Amino acid sequence: MTVAPASGNDTAQSRPVPEGHVRLTIDGIEVDAPQGELVIRTAERLGIVIPRFCDHPLLDPAGACRQCLVEVEVNGKPMPKPAASCTTAVADGMVVRTQQTSQVADKAQQGVMELLLINHPLDCPICDKGGECPLQNQALKHGRGDSRFVDTKRTFPKPVSISSQILLDRERCVLCQRCTRFSKQIAGDPFIELLERGATQQIGTGEQQPFQSYFSGNTIQICPVGALTSAAYRFRSRPFDLVSTPGVCEHCSSGCSQRTDWRRGKVMRRLAGEDPEVNEEWNCDKGRFAFRYATASDRITRPMVRDADSGELRETSWTEALRKAADGLLNARDSRGVGVLPGGRLTREDAYAYGKFARVALGTNDIDHRARPHSNEELDFLGSSVVGTGPEDGVSYASLEAAPAVLCVAFEPEEESPIVFLRLRKAARDSGTRVFHLGQWDSPGVEKTTHIADSGSPIHSGGLLRCLPGGEAAALYELPSEVEQALGEPGSVLLLGERCSQVSGVYTAAMRLAERTGARIAWIPRRAGERGAVEAGTLPTLLPNGRPVSDSVVRSGIERAWGMSTGSLPSVPGRDIDGILAAAESGELSGLLVGGLDPADLPDPEQARRALRAAGFLVSLELRPTGVTEHADVVLPIAPTVEKSGTFLNWEGRPREFEITIEGTGAVPDCRVLDTLAVEMDVDLFTQTPQAVAAEIRRLGPNPGARPKPPDIPAEPVTEPSGDRALLASWRHLLDNGSMQHDEPNLAGTARPPVARVSHGTARRLGLEPHQPIRVSTERGTIALESEVVEIPDGVVWLPGNSGPAEVNEVLGVGHGAVVGIAAGTAPAPGTTPGQREPGGEELPAVAGNGHTSNGHGPPAHGSNGNGQAGIDGGGA
Amino acid sequence: MTEANAPDGTAREAAGSPLTPVLTRRWLSPESWSLRTYEQLEGYTALRTALSLHPDQLTELVKAAGLRGRGGAGFPSGVKWGFMPKDRSRPHYLVINADEGEPGTCKDVPLMMADPHSLLEGCVIAAYAMRANNCMIYVRGEALHCIRRLHHAVREAYEAGYLGENILDSGFDLDVVVHAGAGAYICGEETALLDSLEGKRGQPRLKPPFPAQAGLYSSPTTVNNVETIASVPHIVNGGSDWFRGMGREKSPGPKIFSLSGHVERPGQYEAPLGTTLRELLELAGGMKDGIPLKFWTPGGSSTPLFTADHLDVPLDFEGAAEAGSMLGTTALMIFNETVSVPWAVMKWTQFYEHESCGKCTPCREGCFWLAQVLERMVQGRGTEQDIDTLLDVCDNVLGRSFCALGDGAVSPITSGIKYFREEFLALCESNRGQDTTEEPALAGVAR
Repeated sequence: MTVAPASGNDTAQSRPVPEGHVRLTIDGIEVDAPQGELVIRTAERLGIVIPRFCDHPLLDPAGACRQCLVEVEVNGKPMPKPAASCTTAVADGMVVRTQQTSQVADKAQQGVMELLLINHPLDCPICDKGGECPLQNQALKHGRGDSRFVDTKRTFPKPVSISSQILLDRERCVLCQRCTRFSKQIAGDPFIELLERGATQQIGTGEQQPFQSYFSGNTIQICPVGALTSAAYRFRSRPFDLVSTPGVCEHCSSGCSQRTDWRRGKVMRRLAGEDPEVNEEWNCDKGRFAFRYATASDRITRPMVRDADSGELRETSWTEALRKAADGLLNARDSRGVGVLPGGRLTREDAYAYGKFARVALGTNDIDHRARPHSNEELDFLGSSVVGTGPEDGVSYASLEAAPAVLCVAFEPEEESPIVFLRLRKAARDSGTRVFHLGQWDSPGVEKTTHIADSGSPIHSGGLLRCLPGGEAAALYELPSEVEQALGEPGSVLLLGERCSQVSGVYTAAMRLAERTGARIAWIPRRAGERGAVEAGTLPTLLPNGRPVSDSVVRSGIERAWGMSTGSLPSVPGRDIDGILAAAESGELSGLLVGGLDPADLPDPEQARRALRAAGFLVSLELRPTGVTEHADVVLPIAPTVEKSGTFLNWEGRPREFEITIEGTGAVPDCRVLDTLAVEMDVDLFTQTPQAVAAEIRRLGPNPGARPKPPDIPAEPVTEPSGDRALLASWRHLLDNGSMQHDEPNLAGTARPPVARVSHGTARRLGLEPHQPIRVSTERGTIALESEVVEIPDGVVWLPGNSGPAEVNEVLGVGHGAVVGIAAGTAPAPGTTPGQREPGGEELPAVAGNGHTSNGHGPPAHGSNGNGQAGIDGGGA
Repeated sequence: MTEANAPDGTAREAAGSPLTPVLTRRWLSPESWSLRTYEQLEGYTALRTALSLHPDQLTELVKAAGLRGRGGAGFPSGVKWGFMPKDRSRPHYLVINADEGEPGTCKDVPLMMADPHSLLEGCVIAAYAMRANNCMIYVRGEALHCIRRLHHAVREAYEAGYLGENILDSGFDLDVVVHAGAGAYICGEETALLDSLEGKRGQPRLKPPFPAQAGLYSSPTTVNNVETIASVPHIVNGGSDWFRGMGREKSPGPKIFSLSGHVERPGQYEAPLGTTLRELLELAGGMKDGIPLKFWTPGGSSTPLFTADHLDVPLDFEGAAEAGSMLGTTALMIFNETVSVPWAVMKWTQFYEHESCGKCTPCREGCFWLAQVLERMVQGRGTEQDIDTLLDVCDNVLGRSFCALGDGAVSPITSGIKYFREEFLALCESNRGQDTTEEPALAGVAR
């Protein structure tokens, strides 16, 4: 609950009313309240809880349930009827009498409660909400012991599935409209609405329009009754059997606070935690529902080593595994060296251990956590402008809300950082922030941050600045003057997304733009561990806390701190991830240490697999089998987030610490594994526990030296290809084939259907019929996907990065901005193409009844062979 | 009510009758709805006068005339107009509430049928006074014939230059849109009407902000009743003193009383505010077949019932309120002794149950409950305890609901029990001694 700061409370009449405040009396207690505060909130600050259903501090007041009626006197005159305290603003001299001091208010509340209950079913014993139900609790407190209602209750068939995840029980619903208001006002996904009227009024969805929202789970959490439940949690447990542990979401860089409810060692559900600075009271459905990957049946729980005779992995003891790993790594180090690839999903502490392990145990700077497209320009940008900043001195959620203008550069907030998206929407809706997007098409996220329609007049502000994929950098030099001016207003912000690393010159261009306009820059990576890893020093050019590798003074400081002999830290910047893989493939490196990385995420998965195969010695720290496992010589199991403690730094650089939720599973965090492994190699890392690492990071303090130089890369002009060529635009959907969404079919059902998007002109050029599949190909392979015509520059095709058959890196081997071939497809589109899936990848179920399930144009038998896919994955074994 | 009934008892009454045909003056003329007839009978003369005045002078004139809203609440119209901001930084809207849906009410539809141009002329004057260049007439969707007449009149007015750009060379522009509702009683509530006009679900809005601050499309808006606006040209032509010459001090002017039910000649009777039912009954030829009066509503079903004891209550805003009811829409539904009060109350309650918009708990659930209890009682399955339950539920709805619909819904019940308790008791006779007729329902069957 968001509560205004309490003001002092002595009743001395002489005390002046603070500016912007009014003085009123609630139940005989005099109180000062900020102007405009609602009576229900002021009362709450005094500890007087007025019952309520529709009221929610983050939603616009509705006054619909009438449960919070109180008696009010203004200017000495009693108001003729009780007022809803959730819609009545405080006023000077107001006298409020709640149920505690007014019989009228008490009777009014009891009356409303009785009315709410006449049609409410008595199924509390089997209701998910039972035990944590505001209706149950308030009925006991403010309701009658028995019912006078002897007639016939209203009934509905129940439950109704309004998406593959959310189930609606209309009998339990008290029509408070929190869910519809949330969807309209906060998420901007008005897929649920009130239908019918009077006593038959109900919540519902449109025909063929399921509740397709990335934020739908929040409606369950704010539902004051058990009307909305999730398919994943329904009937799983009772709230009073659960242990609730606060935690932090591991899925993206938003850094949501969350609550994990578990029993007997098993997570039953996750809820949004309350943090007004970060996620307020919301989270996205991925954060809420995607957690069963940690208990997947294929989870690796015992160390494995490759059997010399059979060539297969076999389970073994930690002792043997660590011994073998240490021996192998020592040999490789002493031969031509070892590269370290820790992946972007680690806690800061675990990342630090990898960084320290690389430098101390392996004597190398060949370490890079960016398991995704990346660039050297990005590396320079991170070192010069990102590392070491935090919410106090950098861009924060609060600064987004206060910004007069925000420009998202190659960043798709709704898909990549949903809470940033919510905050941008809030800013646009409540503070008049103009949100601009530099991208290719009016995606739902763009639409919802620039056109906001709920109550009152629609708000149209900001907008999409279209450019060719790859042309983002050039576009930043030629922004419309209106945008440039808006960004010139103090407090404006540039948000750079992950995709920037695929556009040459864009970081430079953004920094120039920031210099020109005074706007501040924030970098919003997609993965939860990226920001922490930058600070922890898992980049080839950076030591912990932003210390440049190339600075000898800084190096000697670290050498002292780490107890190393002078000059023993490698002084040459290491190879980046591409360089490490290339070196491993060519034999320039003898070994690899890999942690939680999937080759399919890399810009060129095929090259990555070749490198993994070629690596002389490969140690992999993993939770579940990936494309690395099959090549590893030693596999060491590590703990998932819920079984360890640590800190994620969110995109703001804000530390998000969390403790162990599920204890005693025997799973150990990466930092502990690396510490033990190092001991086997006769090196002390002192990273046994995340706490020890955190203390060490604190002791190191900020970089005492100068920041590295910012990048200086010119923008490259991009030209529109013609004929059967097109420029590829691509980013990932929030819900896609990602391995951390494993075993969540209900969640997957709310994913956006994978479609390829082209302009009207391009469609005409190809002779595409509506929804006809389009084939996008490179020398590597072809993706055939249902097409959709949108407003996107001609000669551009957009593909989801990793949804259904559209596994762009994997199949095409190229990314955003690349030139690809396009052709009209003849085959039935998705799902039928063989050989495109990674082991462990989940088939994306068809979306419930949204009319998007493609059905090709030929007869069904036509396509199974006509779709000759290049055998992109065939060589992997 | 059909058009054929409308002329009854209007202009042709002899001098000395209490009738004051102002709004109904033209209704009996041939093709009274046409522009030609309207212009022959002083039509659009007030507009010329009005456009030569300053907008604020018109607001002052309406204030001076003491015109009060004819939609039921009786808020002083001039004061309402004065709430509109003077600056034109945002578009201003005038919205005409022609969603005449109150049971028994039949004044706006006949007016728009017989004399649509008087409404349009009023619209132009009022819009000019409020600096609005857009006017919407939200007509009850069921009144299809009336909508066609209005469309026709609007077309005529555009062609004649009374609407559109630069009206009568005054430099003032006004566009009028006739919008059909979709059949919801709640859309007669002004903020629900605005939501409906915006294409949204018609449910009342939270106030503040009031429409004058943020109404249609969040812009300054005034919502006025048809009869209110149609009175404006007459005030402009006749002056405030003339207008105040009719009616009573706090409720001046003429008013269309719609009489329905058991009277000899039901129809619209235009008389000064403050006229009594006794006088109106005389005009309407008395009670039908001479069967005595039992009960009546002064202003539609949402106003508490009156009985034969209230024949001499002056029907103006103060008089009706002092006698324990409300003037409402002056829809006088008159019932003789053959009608059972519990039955009539049940029918009205079923109407409210059907029309409750569902937004707030008391009205939505209360009407659902009240209707069931009354249905049970009328079937002879009620108990004395049910009467107490009815009254207590009414008490939990009255003043607790979001808008006035809930208040209106309980007025027939509370007033019906107040005046005719014995009739309700008689229905319980066969169940005397039983506290409840049924076991509490844990889960019922769909109704």
